Amino acid sequence: MAEMSYRDAIAYGIAQEMRRDPRLVMLGEDIAAAGGVFKTTVGLLEQFGPDRVRDTPISEQAILGAAMGAAMTGIPVIAEIMFSDFIAVCFDILANQMAKTRYMTGGQVTVPVVIRTHNGGGARFGAQHSQSVENWCMMIPGLKVVAPSTPRDVVGLMAAAVRDPDPVVFLEHKSLLATKGEVPEGEIVDELGVAKVVREGTDCTIVALALMVPRALQAAERLAAEGISAEVIDLRSLVPLDTQTILSSVAKTGRLFTVEENPRLCGWGAEIASIVGHEAFWDLDGPVVRITTPHIPLPAAETLEDMAIPSVDRIYKEIVEVMD
Amino acid sequence: MPKRDPTTPDGARRSLLVMWTIRRFEEALEELFARGVLHGTMHLSIGQEAVAEGVAAALDEGDFITSTHRGHGHAIAHGADLERMFAELLMKDTGYCRGRGGSMHIADVAAGNLGANGIVAGSMTIATGAAFSQMMQGTGKVVACFFGDGAANEGAFHESLNLAGIWSLPVVFVCENNQYGMSMAVDKATAGGSIVRRADAYGIPGVRVDGNDVVDVFRNTSEAVARARRGEGPILIEAVTYRYRGHSKSDRNLYRTVDEIEQWRKSRDPLDRYEARVIDEGWLTSDQLEECRIEARDAVRRAVEAAFRAPDADPADLVGAAYA
Repeated sequence: MAEMSYRDAIAYGIAQEMRRDPRLVMLGEDIAAAGGVFKTTVGLLEQFGPDRVRDTPISEQAILGAAMGAAMTGIPVIAEIMFSDFIAVCFDILANQMAKTRYMTGGQVTVPVVIRTHNGGGARFGAQHSQSVENWCMMIPGLKVVAPSTPRDVVGLMAAAVRDPDPVVFLEHKSLLATKGEVPEGEIVDELGVAKVVREGTDCTIVALALMVPRALQAAERLAAEGISAEVIDLRSLVPLDTQTILSSVAKTGRLFTVEENPRLCGWGAEIASIVGHEAFWDLDGPVVRITTPHIPLPAAETLEDMAIPSVDRIYKEIVEVMD
Repeated sequence: MPKRDPTTPDGARRSLLVMWTIRRFEEALEELFARGVLHGTMHLSIGQEAVAEGVAAALDEGDFITSTHRGHGHAIAHGADLERMFAELLMKDTGYCRGRGGSMHIADVAAGNLGANGIVAGSMTIATGAAFSQMMQGTGKVVACFFGDGAANEGAFHESLNLAGIWSLPVVFVCENNQYGMSMAVDKATAGGSIVRRADAYGIPGVRVDGNDVVDVFRNTSEAVARARRGEGPILIEAVTYRYRGHSKSDRNLYRTVDEIEQWRKSRDPLDRYEARVIDEGWLTSDQLEECRIEARDAVRRAVEAAFRAPDADPADLVGAAYA
């Protein structure tokens, strides 16, 4: 067991897979000598060489398209899109090509690509470098979508994503990069589509993802002081979605809150609210409440950005208000 | 080694057979569409057969192609089975994509056809990636990337040629300039007045060929393929040709004159010209020409009949191919 930062866990998890599969290649901007704009790929060039850790020009369509063409013909790829907002620049490759090709060809090909990208706000970067785009990705049939919240899960989910035959969007949260956690020794391989109950409780269920997980946990601490026992679920994977863990928890608590960083409209919590409304309606003791970023582009100013993204304080207040 | 050489007696017979097969195949599609038994839309390449065959003949078994929305000819020339193609167009379970693709998405991955593409320039980055994969694996295989004059104004064109250029990838970019991007004439759409000259910007060779002369297409593509196979990098071929039919089934040809179409058809038809050449050079006799025509006609007939008898696409497995 070693303590590791979320940032270092990314390169560590990639290295685990690149050692295992000598075909595996990385493509992206500034990932080699520079070690990544967020230093998430430091040391990989030295370990695996410039053929397998490849800097590309600033060409997001070519990065994803090349990853796809390579993956279809025997070379699995981890492709990096530097900021998740830039997915919009290569959306055709993600939404029309990678995601649809297996289906459109009647299953003739698989596209084993991991699209790593730095997601989310809190860094005061302004609207084009801060958005949480998990809902952009979740809505595309043919993609899988993963967002770890801890260094350990970065490693385990990276392995699962790389070993999966389908294209997987791997969302690394910018505001979690400096956080630290225990990473067990040895190979860690998780399964996609398995959520974790990270705090047990009996009065309400809080479902969260990525940066919202530690915030939900802190809010749950404060709720406990008020006599409210909150269960917190770290979703970890949006596609596949572990509905069973959510439904079981709601059956126990009778109340559901989602904490989402994505802009409100069509956020992943809406999908979960719909599933729970349909499949667990009679388990609910009150309305499902979604705590989200408003439907706005993210502002740069600290005072505004901190107001926009759900904070521990806001999560706590919104839950306490409804639970009273 | 090229699959067949249209400048030898044996090659001429096979190339002529392919070109007649493409034409008869697409004429059959027109008829089926008119009779109301074929649905959706389709894009016919009648008049452009020499490009498909000239390029495909120059490739070796195991080389790859990527194709376009106007891709029936490419698939046939690269070895596709006619019955499975008709079955796909007739939405049958025995089609290449089991009815999930249709006209615009026929892929024959086992033969190296990585797929037609419904997005203009959509396959260009994928072809680049497939070429990268060949380089990484040292297969010595080459990728031929078909695209149209309209695609030359898409961003993916630039990103693909740039990446292929800096990495010296074994890809032959084949622009089928059929004079119109849907209704827009190529000279109105192309700044600088030339697609092939754009090769200079990427430091790669560019060659303009007579796309209605299968021998010219074949000779130039053979050189390009040999060069790419030697690891000397990509090349841009602009094959000047003409589409006789409208862009798709909804096109009424309001942007050009009947005279213009007739002029191309009467004086520059790729089948008329190749047949005249074949006789002049003594590669085939007129009896052998007739045999080719009959063989193509009969093969198309047999394939349509067999495809009609096949079971429809199976709704019981509606979602099956979306994920591996």
